[in-house]
Amino acid sequence: MSRKSMFCKEYFWQILVTIGGLFVIFVTLLIGAFLVYKGSDTFLKFQHTLQEFLGSANWAPMDNASSKGHVGALIFIVGSLCVCGLALLIATPFALGSSIFMTEISPKFGEKFYRPMVEIFAGIPSVVYGWVGLTVLIPFLKKVFDLQVGHSILAASLVLSIMIFPSISSVASDAIRAVSKETRMAAYGLGSTRWQTIYRVVIPAALPGVISGIVLGLARAFGEALAVAMVIGQTTALPKSIFSTSKTLTTEIAAQMGNAMEGGEMKAALWTMALLLFLISLLFITVIHKFSKPKGE
Amino acid sequence: MNNKFTVNDLNLYYGDFHALKNINLDIKEKEITAFIGPSGCGKSTFLKTLNRMNDLVESTKITGDICLDGMDIYKNMDAIELRRRVGMVFQQPNPFPKSIYDNIAYGPRIFGIKKKSELDEIVERSLRQAAIWDEVKDRLHKSALGMSGGQQQRLCIARALAMQPEVLLMDEPTSALDPISTSKIEELTLELKKDYTIVIVTHNMQQAMRISDKTAFFLLGDLIEYSDTETLFSTPKEKKTEDYITGRFG
Amino acid sequence: MDSRIKRAKMIDQFMTIVFYGIALFFFLLLVGFAGKVIIGGLLGAKPEMFGFTRSGSIGNQVFNTIYLVFISLLVSVPIGILAGIYLAMYAKPGLVTHFLRTCIETLSSLPSIVVGLFGYLIFLVVIGLSKSLLAGALSISILSLPLITTTTEDAIKGLPEGYYHGSMGLGATKWQTIFHVLLPACLSRIMTGVILAAGRGFGEAAVLLYTTGSGSDLRWNNFSFTSPTSPINVLRPAETLSIQIWNLQTNGQDRALANLSSAVLMILVLAFSIGANVWSRHISKKQAGLEK
Repeated sequence: MSRKSMFCKEYFWQILVTIGGLFVIFVTLLIGAFLVYKGSDTFLKFQHTLQEFLGSANWAPMDNASSKGHVGALIFIVGSLCVCGLALLIATPFALGSSIFMTEISPKFGEKFYRPMVEIFAGIPSVVYGWVGLTVLIPFLKKVFDLQVGHSILAASLVLSIMIFPSISSVASDAIRAVSKETRMAAYGLGSTRWQTIYRVVIPAALPGVISGIVLGLARAFGEALAVAMVIGQTTALPKSIFSTSKTLTTEIAAQMGNAMEGGEMKAALWTMALLLFLISLLFITVIHKFSKPKGE
Repeated sequence: MNNKFTVNDLNLYYGDFHALKNINLDIKEKEITAFIGPSGCGKSTFLKTLNRMNDLVESTKITGDICLDGMDIYKNMDAIELRRRVGMVFQQPNPFPKSIYDNIAYGPRIFGIKKKSELDEIVERSLRQAAIWDEVKDRLHKSALGMSGGQQQRLCIARALAMQPEVLLMDEPTSALDPISTSKIEELTLELKKDYTIVIVTHNMQQAMRISDKTAFFLLGDLIEYSDTETLFSTPKEKKTEDYITGRFG
Repeated sequence: MDSRIKRAKMIDQFMTIVFYGIALFFFLLLVGFAGKVIIGGLLGAKPEMFGFTRSGSIGNQVFNTIYLVFISLLVSVPIGILAGIYLAMYAKPGLVTHFLRTCIETLSSLPSIVVGLFGYLIFLVVIGLSKSLLAGALSISILSLPLITTTTEDAIKGLPEGYYHGSMGLGATKWQTIFHVLLPACLSRIMTGVILAAGRGFGEAAVLLYTTGSGSDLRWNNFSFTSPTSPINVLRPAETLSIQIWNLQTNGQDRALANLSSAVLMILVLAFSIGANVWSRHISKKQAGLEK
């Protein structure tokens, strides 16, 4: 092989892999740019205010290019917050419990058997969760709480909590496992029981990682669309209790995007909601970075 | 005998750290030159400048010049060509996760040799030179990772020899090995001296005494003393050398 | 003093039981869930549901699911591996690299419905494809790109440094080292990531909602690349298993059919995720054994 062709090859591949890297940046920027471009129509083209979008519960956008409708997305924002908040409340104790189980209580069995099991939960498709929620959980809730419709914030939260517990659990268990053996030994050496060691020493030491896990779970919950859409009941109203039906940002996008007219006010408002979701996921990434940084240093 | 390497006023910096200070030395052809000194003294760093492996470390800066057969290796030669003439054996045996045969054939193959008969010949010759042919000839196509540490290191020597280099650099080649494997490598090194110029870094002074013709003593980035091995160990000129070889520090 | 220690011990035992309880709960939940979906779905199915008809069966949807994920991997695997090599071997610490990492993280945490909307916008509105298998596959490849990139980077960085130095010391160029030593050494790890990405792709629905449409009418004797009923045509609408479940819950009332497609989807996904798991364990065992 001549030296010249060897160096040409070298440059060719270097350029190719660099393009691969740049392509990832390009796609991400393109997504962001398009969301901003499309999502800003609500404010620029249809002249609505940010206060209206975020603060009003009056959702009646026109499905045409006039700007006479109302685009208050508060219902969906509140719906998302309620469903995700409740899901987090349900999932976190169980997720922490299982990450402690697989790292502290039964590490060998945990690593070999329990952890892969949790990973299986993570792999189950969201439509399957939604479908089982619809056909099993909802009739069950109806019976237990004697409801007219089982579709509710509660049902959505329960489905979501099972979907997000694996994320929380695996990040938290990584953080717990990273706590040094010496720290543990010190606590045991002072006569602590296992539980005292776990909640006075290990959990505080692993706290940043645990919080990252919880935020990650929250991010997953916010982005989930179809499973929630199947069980939340899809009514455009602010929820009054955990048994109310409602809507979230993602479920409204999933349900309406296909029907809305291209270039209409409704479509623009839906794009703005997608932009909001994008910004929320950026926010979550930033928060996770804040919490996971001290660990790396 | 001719000088293989001539090094003039060599300085090396890692960022702000001055790792090698004004090194001047010549390395003779078909001799074994040993570099000794406490860890962190710069002996390994210096070895790596001889085939420009330091290029792979970020923010390394080098001044002065190193010539191989009178050619400046930093200015008039590219690193790839240099490394084919100056082979290297590392501290940890590092066979690739391939078969024994493919490990040896790797160098010739990337050099462009494709013919099987030619490769077969190179593999056998290199393994024989590294005195490991008899041990592995029946399992040439088994993974090299299944060998013992000492065998792996001799395989790595064979892999370097397959390129038919002029110089062989060895960076503490026996520090990860047991005594029996170590003595095999030492015998092999003495054998290879007939055909190759060998530069070996070691922290084992007995090893330097046993095998090398010349010895250089490094301390904190300075070349303290460089002379015939016998002279350096029996009548060192410098106080620091004497302190080191009599075990007062290090 | 004595009673305090007793109390602490009792709490300790109590909490231990609680943790075992949680573990047991999830175990039973998984067994119950998988059992209900897989066994329930398969037992409740009628034989004709396994056929390849236009409606009332799942055959075409299974084919669409696998074909779509396959096409998406054709795009995301090469780009992901290239980007992973770039990050592991060429990227210098600095702004661009930092930004690239942020981008990967952003991509991997994007809600899939947002990726779906983006795919709809780019491939349908801008490029002008109709709702099609190709548009869906390309959208899914955006979703699996970060996973494959990070797996590749981690796989390369996880290799012993000696491989790189050994090859460079023999006078190989950087690319020769990457292509002939590093990539072969970590190929099986990268494969694990690809299998995992495939498994996730199978279950993805929100991305496909506005990109693939719901065509399930295939003629199995028609292999033209352009006909809308040809199985291999990538520009036709294609209903996958996940979209079928979604459509059945919104429109139709064929519960048994939706149960069956859930069961098959679940089997497909589990096979891949367990497969990836078993494979990666097998690899780490093999390497541990060899590096002794």
